[in-house]
Amino acid sequence: MTTAPDLTHLTAVQMADGLASGEFTSVELTQAHLDRITALNPVLNAFLQVDIDGALATAADVDARRAAGEELPRLAGVPIAVKDIACTQGIPTTAGSRTLEGWIPPYDATIVTRLKDARMPILGKTNMDEFAMGSSTEHSAFGPTRNPWNLDRIPGGSGGGSSAAVAAFLAPLAIGSDTGGSIRQPGAVTGTVGAKPTYGGVSRYGVIALASSLDQIGPCARTVTDAALLHEVIGGHDPMDSTSIDAPVPPVVEASANRDLTGLRIGIVTELTGEGYQDGVQARFDESVQLLRDAGAEIVEVSCPHFRYAMAAYYLILPSEASSNLARYDAMRYGLRVAPEGVESPSAEQVMASSRDAGFGDEVKRRIILGTYALSSGYYDAYYGQAQKVRTLIARDFEAAFEQADVLISPTAPTTAFKIGDKLEDPMAMYLNDIATIPANLAGIPGLSLPSGVADEDGLPVGIQILAPATQDQRMYAVGAALEALLAQQWGGSGSVLDRAPEVTTGAVSEEAK
Amino acid sequence: MSTQARSAHSEDVVGYDEALTRYDPVLGLEVHVELNTATKMFCGCATGFGADPNTQVCPVCLGLPGALPVVNATAVESAIRIGLALNCQIADWCRFARKNYFYPDMPKNFQTSQYDEPIAFDGYLDVDLDDGTTFRVEIERAHMEEDTGKSTHVGGATGRIHGAEYSLVDFNRAGIPLIEIVTKPITGAGERAPEVARAYVSALRDLLKALAVSEVRMEQGNVRCDANVSLRAKAGDGATSAEQLAVPLGTRTETKNVNSLRSVERAARYEICRHAAVLDSGASILQETRHWHEDTGVTTSGRPKSDADDYRYFPEPDLVPVAPTRERVEELRATLPEPPAQRRKRLQGEWGYSDLEMRDVLNAGAVEVIEETVAAGATPAAARKWWTGDLARRANEAGTAVTDLGVTPAHIAELDGLVRDGRLNDSMARQVMEGVLAGEGTPMEVADARGLELVQDDGALEAAVDKVIEANPDVADKIRDGKVQAAGALIGQVMKEMRGQADAAKARELILAKLT
Ligand SMILES: [Zn+2]
Repeated sequence: MTTAPDLTHLTAVQMADGLASGEFTSVELTQAHLDRITALNPVLNAFLQVDIDGALATAADVDARRAAGEELPRLAGVPIAVKDIACTQGIPTTAGSRTLEGWIPPYDATIVTRLKDARMPILGKTNMDEFAMGSSTEHSAFGPTRNPWNLDRIPGGSGGGSSAAVAAFLAPLAIGSDTGGSIRQPGAVTGTVGAKPTYGGVSRYGVIALASSLDQIGPCARTVTDAALLHEVIGGHDPMDSTSIDAPVPPVVEASANRDLTGLRIGIVTELTGEGYQDGVQARFDESVQLLRDAGAEIVEVSCPHFRYAMAAYYLILPSEASSNLARYDAMRYGLRVAPEGVESPSAEQVMASSRDAGFGDEVKRRIILGTYALSSGYYDAYYGQAQKVRTLIARDFEAAFEQADVLISPTAPTTAFKIGDKLEDPMAMYLNDIATIPANLAGIPGLSLPSGVADEDGLPVGIQILAPATQDQRMYAVGAALEALLAQQWGGSGSVLDRAPEVTTGAVSEEAK
Repeated sequence: MSTQARSAHSEDVVGYDEALTRYDPVLGLEVHVELNTATKMFCGCATGFGADPNTQVCPVCLGLPGALPVVNATAVESAIRIGLALNCQIADWCRFARKNYFYPDMPKNFQTSQYDEPIAFDGYLDVDLDDGTTFRVEIERAHMEEDTGKSTHVGGATGRIHGAEYSLVDFNRAGIPLIEIVTKPITGAGERAPEVARAYVSALRDLLKALAVSEVRMEQGNVRCDANVSLRAKAGDGATSAEQLAVPLGTRTETKNVNSLRSVERAARYEICRHAAVLDSGASILQETRHWHEDTGVTTSGRPKSDADDYRYFPEPDLVPVAPTRERVEELRATLPEPPAQRRKRLQGEWGYSDLEMRDVLNAGAVEVIEETVAAGATPAAARKWWTGDLARRANEAGTAVTDLGVTPAHIAELDGLVRDGRLNDSMARQVMEGVLAGEGTPMEVADARGLELVQDDGALEAAVDKVIEANPDVADKIRDGKVQAAGALIGQVMKEMRGQADAAKARELILAKLT
């Protein structure tokens, strides 16, 4: 693959330019990705569904339009992968759950409609932790996705499928959803870029809900500019989502051309560094801070004292909302239906119970039980009520911090990718992987993760997170793009951390990981 | 013997008057009103009644994965108008809440409702009782929510889910906007509590109709009433005495789906008699829901209910808060119609109807149509006579609404004009009406086509009078002797001679002129 120019290894911008100049066609580009998916997906398990016919049909349509001289959207013909949490009309959508196995949505999520309007071939649906509950994609009902950097490692979660697909060049772009870090943390541990927009910046209509007040849809890419281009495709007001912001999309593409950091105030959140962060993670973070400082940014330390309660609040709010959002999976109208064993003529309630028992995995059940408990009469104030107060305090912490700094930074995740199976018996250990990403979801502010290098001790990628005030998404793209350029200069080569990733080959899964 | 066990059989009751000698009844009413918005509460689906099952549905009201609600702005405005008409405070800021429970006809397994932040609260409705007095019912709250789907349980004896072979669910109703209006405990009504309950629901129905926010057809389930009843020991001198009001409320039962005005009164009365029997026996009332049986006039035990029923309410995170500006609330207040009771009094005065006549008009549901008919030019007396007389009888026979007979207020006004102009007499007017009902056209067209017209030719009338006098010399003599009332017999024969097309008053005039 090193001799002939491999179309799959281009950036989305390069693909768009190549298509526009007629260097190659969308059918060629899409076919190259489909071929690579065919070869490597059996190893990676990044895709749950591949829509070969649909993707090629869109590609051929784009090529025909381009040949006819039609003016096309910037990313027309550039293929994309969609997390299996977004409804796609006619393509099975499972959210990684047995309960929705085989369910074919009769409608498209708004973001899917926007991808279609942008004439982007949809390659397929990517693997995820069941209903986005997890940080490793091990909690998918359809088997774990493997990290292209090391097949024994997790690709992060819940959107491990999207990030692994992008990291392994199975797709240049992918859709993710981020409830507590599910775009950013997989981005960090796979050496890719992931952005969680401001809450309300991208429509949630048709995206299967985990926790309504925390969920946000965003782009996964290999460069900051590519992410920004996708952000502008999917972002913007949607009358079908009441929580969608009725304002233009922040100018993120324009911002991603920025290279100037002079005078910019960048805040380091003291609560999100130091203890608990892997040495290699901390080292790469410190290095990036030095690069930013050298480029003229003013580095300030900010404290967000209530972040220490963020994890606790998050694990009350998320399960509470999830317990209600997931109540609809009752086998009455769609989805898996399992009759209770040994019951002559079961009641509707008995069928609901046995179907939910069979359809949901342990992590989902754990959170439904937690949430049901937290919302119960007599406990509501102590749990859900208190958690909402913490949320307000965290939002205030951010407000105060953004008075001192234009953006905030931290390592995206405290560690590099852990081994598949390592934390299955210890949910708390897995939850802690999202400690740096959760506060942004609680406050509704945007966050972006980009690669900051690889950890010396394990050779695995490390991410740095940039946070901006609500609706100021362009700031994190501006700083991210500038830092990305500084790092590329330092690293040389193509400038991508993925240069250092081993080539994925078939049959490469170790016995241990099987 | 527990109350639960007793409720399976026919239960003991105490006579109503006797019950009232020992107990003071307290009622509470929860009324669900289906709004008449064109689309559902949280999606764009149509709300029309009677469509084929599951044809008015979409991802949102079916609770498909990923679907999200959007609030129907018209429903919010209707809720605010209802709140204002009930003299309520309107919230500056309120949220929807999820009421979580599993049921097959509820697509999301939670109902999007309102919990501790209703759109309207703290109001009252003054209701007229049969004796002409007014009773004030305090309103606790009015809140917005969505309806559930409708289950039909097939097989089994009861029509209930228990024992059914299978169940069918129609989701056309799922997501229809509802307003739930909850009264404060209605105290101080004493023996008139059941009547107050009926009068309240009746007044509420009139109000909703005047607001034009609901079809208010109880038989179609547009208005559904749950009646809470409790008894407490009688104390002091009368239901409104300080001593009586100081007695704590007893345990209540909630009788669900009492869906006619008459049933509201009967069910309340029955529960009072049943509670009294339970309390007399020394047992205590089980807090439960009860089912009302229209045919037998009794309630039976439903499921135990307690204040601890845990719906795990929490604010709906998929919807933004509802925050009507004060300016908007005042604009909506300006759209409120005249309160129905006040309007009735005004119209009665304007039309000069007696109390009895007005009650007939109200019972016939003919206020609006009479108002339109008078506006079209008829006299109030003629309008009343037609709409509550012949036409009401016909509508009753046909089992239809009087306004659905094909006769319009303009028809009545035209017909009345023909009578007043002397072209038609009463019997001819009735013949014309037959024609209008048969679809033969307007009264004028029918009269022309059927050749119905009073004969204005005095010569013909005089000839007929002479002929009749000649043929009835005995009667003529009586009249000559001063027995003027005998003229009636001759008038009848003159009319017969003229084949009905004569003015009876004129005939009488002529007869008397010739014989006295
Ligand atoms: Zn609908």
